[in-house]
Amino acid sequence: MKELALPSSPGSRVLASQSRWAPAFAGATRVSAALCCVISLAMAICLTACSSQTDSHTLTFWTIGREGEAITQLLPAFERENPGIHVVLQQLPLSAAHQKLLTAFAGDSTPDMTQLGNTWLPELAALGALEPLQTRVAHSSVVHPDDYFSSIWSTNVYDGVLYGIPWYVDTRLLFYRSDLLKAAGFDAPPRDWTQWRRMLAALSHPERGVYGILLPTNEYEQLMSLALQQPDPLLRDGGRYGNFESAGFKRALTFYVDTFRLHQAPPITNIEAGNPWEEFGRGVYSFYFSGPWNIGEFRKRLPAAEQADWNTAPLPGPEGPGASVAGGSSLVIFRKAKNKQAAWKLIEYLSRPDVQGRFYDLLGDMPPRRRSWNQGGLRNDPKIQAFREQLERLKPTPPVPEWEQIANEMQLVAAQAVAGDLTIDQAAADIDRRADRILEKRRWMLDHARHAASEAL
Amino acid sequence: MNRQHAAWLLLAPAAIVLGVFFLLPVAGAFALSLTDYDLYALADIHNLRFVALNNYWALLHRPLFWSALGHTVYFVAVGVPLSMLVSLCAALLLHSPLARCKPLFRTALFAPVVTTVVAVAVVWRYLFNTKYGLVNEVLGSAGIHPVDWLGDPHWAMPAIILFAVWKNFGYNMIILLAGLQAIPAELHEAARIDGASTWRQFRHITLPMLAPTLLMVGILTVCGYFQLFAEPYVITEGGPLQSTVSVLYLMYDEGFKWWNLGAASAIAFLLFAIMFAVSELMLRVGGKEAGT
Amino acid sequence: MTPRLAKALINGLLIGGALVALFPMLWMVSVSLMQPGEASNLPPPLLPAQATLHNYRELFLRAGMGRYWLNSLLVSTAITVLSLAFNLMAGYAFAKLRFAGRDALFKGVVGMLAIPAQVAMLPLFLLLKPIGLVNHYGGVIVPAMASAFGIFLVRQYARGIPDELLEAARIDGAGELRIFVRVVLPLLKPIMVTLSIYTFLTAWNDFMWPLIVLTGQEHYTLPLGLASLAREHATDTELMMAGSVVTVVPVLLLFLALQRYYLEGLLLGSVKG
Repeated sequence: MKELALPSSPGSRVLASQSRWAPAFAGATRVSAALCCVISLAMAICLTACSSQTDSHTLTFWTIGREGEAITQLLPAFERENPGIHVVLQQLPLSAAHQKLLTAFAGDSTPDMTQLGNTWLPELAALGALEPLQTRVAHSSVVHPDDYFSSIWSTNVYDGVLYGIPWYVDTRLLFYRSDLLKAAGFDAPPRDWTQWRRMLAALSHPERGVYGILLPTNEYEQLMSLALQQPDPLLRDGGRYGNFESAGFKRALTFYVDTFRLHQAPPITNIEAGNPWEEFGRGVYSFYFSGPWNIGEFRKRLPAAEQADWNTAPLPGPEGPGASVAGGSSLVIFRKAKNKQAAWKLIEYLSRPDVQGRFYDLLGDMPPRRRSWNQGGLRNDPKIQAFREQLERLKPTPPVPEWEQIANEMQLVAAQAVAGDLTIDQAAADIDRRADRILEKRRWMLDHARHAASEAL
Repeated sequence: MNRQHAAWLLLAPAAIVLGVFFLLPVAGAFALSLTDYDLYALADIHNLRFVALNNYWALLHRPLFWSALGHTVYFVAVGVPLSMLVSLCAALLLHSPLARCKPLFRTALFAPVVTTVVAVAVVWRYLFNTKYGLVNEVLGSAGIHPVDWLGDPHWAMPAIILFAVWKNFGYNMIILLAGLQAIPAELHEAARIDGASTWRQFRHITLPMLAPTLLMVGILTVCGYFQLFAEPYVITEGGPLQSTVSVLYLMYDEGFKWWNLGAASAIAFLLFAIMFAVSELMLRVGGKEAGT
Repeated sequence: MTPRLAKALINGLLIGGALVALFPMLWMVSVSLMQPGEASNLPPPLLPAQATLHNYRELFLRAGMGRYWLNSLLVSTAITVLSLAFNLMAGYAFAKLRFAGRDALFKGVVGMLAIPAQVAMLPLFLLLKPIGLVNHYGGVIVPAMASAFGIFLVRQYARGIPDELLEAARIDGAGELRIFVRVVLPLLKPIMVTLSIYTFLTAWNDFMWPLIVLTGQEHYTLPLGLASLAREHATDTELMMAGSVVTVVPVLLLFLALQRYYLEGLLLGSVKG
């Protein structure tokens, strides 16, 4: 390689400077250089030391999504009751939460406690990241297991050990514009898929940019809910293989893809969708597939005059009212937490029926225990009746640690089917292939454990 | 203290840092790629399996890897020539004796290089917005139908290429400018006296003398562009429909989203091997043509 | 083509190029001063109807930008100062001191330039975990305390120091380290400035590694804070532009003030010999 000639060689410049003021400059440079080194070393040490300081009375608590903002309003009362504890909150956005939790686990930088979606609980429990809570529950005067909806409580038990306390219960159902439905001639929300399809067809006017429903192509909850309504499980053989080529899943996928094909939903991601509340309020979508926190959001963001125009309805199933995903968040304590006692106190505080009632008032999140449902707001609120009804028909997702990854892959393939790149059969086969690949390690571990157990006998 | 001892003393701090925090991990990456290190192994090291070259084998059979590689090669194959063409034109313009206010233009054209990728990627994400973005506004005023830059799988990668060219052309422009300035003016004088046109001077004097610099710049740019990551991460998150997933994006997803560190290390090494092969190829072919 | 036409064409193209290069940044500043929601009007506005600092207030009071800014400043400064010291020492040793294996070792350093940093990132994370540097500033600072490129740059420059100066000092009885500090360092001042600017810019703009190792929000540097804001507030255009301005303006100013040294160093780094 040829060298590039520089305008002036360093040598000549160097000699010129040397003769005139080198001695004094050299001394000053040496001193300042030494000073710089010392300062920077001190800074580095200080930074490393300072950032690792956690007070024994500081409680680190991670929240996910909208709950974080609501919690800030509940905490002052808690800190008043427990003067020695100061809660440091970190709010994670939902899109990044799963990754941040795993990264924190991998990097040994987990907080004391966190809100955790119950579909992710098997994952963290399998990794041994969570503290078992059975003994604390047994001694608690606030947390009574019988008071909780049993299907929700059981999602917090992994391998027979209790790892989380349910904080709020969550599912997906339909928000709909009752005024738009009435204008199209429908007095009640759909009870099954046939009715739903009919209403979507009547309410969609793609040439005007108006669609029956918003189904963001990068969110898997909608397709997953439809899939859970089917009699076929999503994984088979104890969670060893994918079961996506079953008739049930293909039926759900067909319904999902057809909605786009018939121009009843725009094929866009949630980023392109922009502000869903505004669009729902403006009537761009008649149906919106979402969860209970949006009750509070719609109340907040839509003007008072429009509050009578929307309502909630349980999910229609293939032949009648259908099941939905048994979601929700729990409160968990990490095994490596420094402040387990303080964390448990906060969990007990948040499990009190009156506090759960207030939490509902703030955000619209449903409490997981029956006593909390007897609080004023919950008893009388007409918009949550659909949720109460749906809570009777919940199905949990497969409790395997790899579920989040499988659900993501499922949605990626579904998006391709929506775009017309794959047929239903091809898509189902592809999801099965990907799921089988992801579950390979689980199969090895289950067989390995079985082998070890039989050897021990 | 004699010279040898002084040399080792001066070398030691840097050597320790590079050795422990760079070379050791690189060797470790190779070792990792031979295992199936994942979340289970993170929890309990006994869950680790030695799989030899199985990660590489599985990777080569995974369609997503080939599409990621395809996207990366697309980015390199289109982005590098485009970027170098723009840099060369800019350098030629700046080098021309007819240009005024050269330092001002030079600074302006170089400024995008200095900016933080994440910050300007955010800006360009809005500029490329289908409804509210200025790029479509400008196209619209020229009578061109608005393009769904970030929503259409066919246009997302071109959008990223345009962004990358905008961000990086200044860097090569400066190097090529220095190369142009190193060409003796007498050569152009002599050619002009002989009656050669500007174009012929360019073809027969400028280009051959610039060839070694062009080759070096080309290899550096190719290596840099193979490492495409920040742009898809910020602008498109790998979408739409995974059409902007690059090899490093795949590595990041595998490694730090799903914690399959064994598979992710295999991806990193494969990329390294490919980059190495391509630069060797360019050196050989380019070296022969430039006559070095 | 007449000279006048050629001149107009060339300068016209340069003006056009400069506009294309600068426009996104100017638009960024303009939008950051707009009212929330103003940028989503059709047709998209170029200038704010009424300039407001609302977005910057939001950024620093609610989104915690001030903390990210401080983190970036601390981390970049620490990296710059430390790596400058280490690279200067090593670069000089390669340039002017003879020792066994010097050429082979330097070839190794140049070879390291060819290895993409991402290859090392995963195991480096696992390495830093037991040392406790994950989610600490040290996790970003320590691995950056020396760089192959910095050593390469210093070595190229230091080769230009006349040997006679060093010999003269040796004859006067000065020890090697004394020579380095009192004779060589003053001569390396230009490359020190260049390398400082380059290292500071690189550290300030670094994205992938801090994204991996700084897991807690309180340690985020500006690029990380901005990226996480971009995912959360995807629809708040004006807020995001303000964030970009805060991230880009410091390094742009630094570059504008010291561009001569930066560009010279860039050229120096492109010399291979």
